[in-house]
Amino acid sequence: MSINTKKSTWRTRIGLAEMLKGGVIMDVANVDQAVIAEEAGAVAVMALERVPSDIRKQGGVARMSDPKMIREVMAAVTIPVMAKCRIGHIAEARILESLGVDFVDESEVLTPADEENHINKLDFKVPFVCGCRNLGEALRRIGEGAALIRTKGEAGTGNVVEAVRHMRTLIKDIRRIHSMEADELMAAAKEMGAPYDLVQYVHENGKLPVPNFSAGGVATPADAALMMMLGAESVFVGSGIFKSSDPRSRARAIVDAVTHYKDPAMLAKVSEDLGDAMPGLDVRTMPEEELMATRGW
Amino acid sequence: MNDRARVGVLALQGDFAAHIKTLSSIPNVTASEVRTPDDLKNVDALILPGGESTTIIKLLQRIDLDSAITQRVSTGMPVFGTCAGMIVLANEVEEAPNQPTLKLLDIGVARNAFGRQIDSFEADLTVSLNNSVETIRGVFIRAPYATRIGPNVEVLGIFNDKIVAVRDKNVLAIAFHPELTGDTSIHSYFVNMITS
Repeated sequence: MSINTKKSTWRTRIGLAEMLKGGVIMDVANVDQAVIAEEAGAVAVMALERVPSDIRKQGGVARMSDPKMIREVMAAVTIPVMAKCRIGHIAEARILESLGVDFVDESEVLTPADEENHINKLDFKVPFVCGCRNLGEALRRIGEGAALIRTKGEAGTGNVVEAVRHMRTLIKDIRRIHSMEADELMAAAKEMGAPYDLVQYVHENGKLPVPNFSAGGVATPADAALMMMLGAESVFVGSGIFKSSDPRSRARAIVDAVTHYKDPAMLAKVSEDLGDAMPGLDVRTMPEEELMATRGW
Repeated sequence: MNDRARVGVLALQGDFAAHIKTLSSIPNVTASEVRTPDDLKNVDALILPGGESTTIIKLLQRIDLDSAITQRVSTGMPVFGTCAGMIVLANEVEEAPNQPTLKLLDIGVARNAFGRQIDSFEADLTVSLNNSVETIRGVFIRAPYATRIGPNVEVLGIFNDKIVAVRDKNVLAIAFHPELTGDTSIHSYFVNMITS
């Protein structure tokens, strides 16, 4: 290697997130599902023993998946493989890093290990993705080193309403900061609890310093297209594919919908004949303690 | 007749926005997204961005954009692939002989040849552009390299003994991402391929 060679720079971490733009990242629970996802055109898979809707049903503490399962998925596909650790669980994150996964998701879908602190992600070689519900939360995670942000939505519900709420809120917050006077920024940073330099970045550029994807509740090609229309640069789909009646067709249709989200005729075509979507949950009737989006801060 | 170069960037998946941003800082270039065979009719040259090569190939095939690109490139349209784009252009993928590609460039490639994401890196390297040798910053992300080159393929760049930049007439391919550094030298070189 030449003397100027540097591994795992900020640019290579954000760079991988850039490469995933305009794509779909699918939750997969085993090798067979990973292969279906890759064949459908997923840009990456999230290796996860239980998809969020099963975590909801079964209850209990949800933890990092078995490293053996993650390794098997990594061996089965050539696209990037992500895996989830609990919020604040430094040891799970180190284990995932040692496996060589391409992204770690410090995820509210698992039961948090630390209710105060998130992981110091700058301390790792592997890039991290984190969830957010608004701009302050996004900038705190980026301040800790997240190379990719996804709005949280409400995972495992098959209901896109929270994903929409979080994306709308984030975009509205960005617009507000972008149009502020420079001398209002410190007060805004204080109010949001966000690092000042990152607030300045948003003010100057009108966007996050890292790519911005969507997650939580996407069940149909139209849902995925909606999130792209609202400003998502890619879409994570958890339970929506493998809890539907025909995962193969639905996976491909959601990929096509993200690619062609600006073309309604194409969206109509890909939405045809997909069988039943996953059963959905009404988020408004769910008790507070069952909500995943409120985990982390 | 419009004398601005119209450069399209394939915008099905990947870092197409970064390419468009890079092109926008080159004088007399109009950059546009190419999402359909119709979009392709309105450009003089095409960039295949970084992204996931298996995904991009599938998306091309599903809307018959693969054959439209092949037809244009075989009649002289300049095309430039970075990373995944290099794989898409190649004749064959070493470890996956069944992976379809456009077969527009007589090279074999190995995918993720420098390792997984944890091994992604940036480094200074030299490339030969128009008889001058320039040092540029290469950002390599799960990058490929060429494992075989045909007799007519010119090597423009080598890093640690691996072939990472090649050209065969109107086809240019590199394994790294100049679109992520703000350096416009390779994009400018490509734009000059339109007129020459």
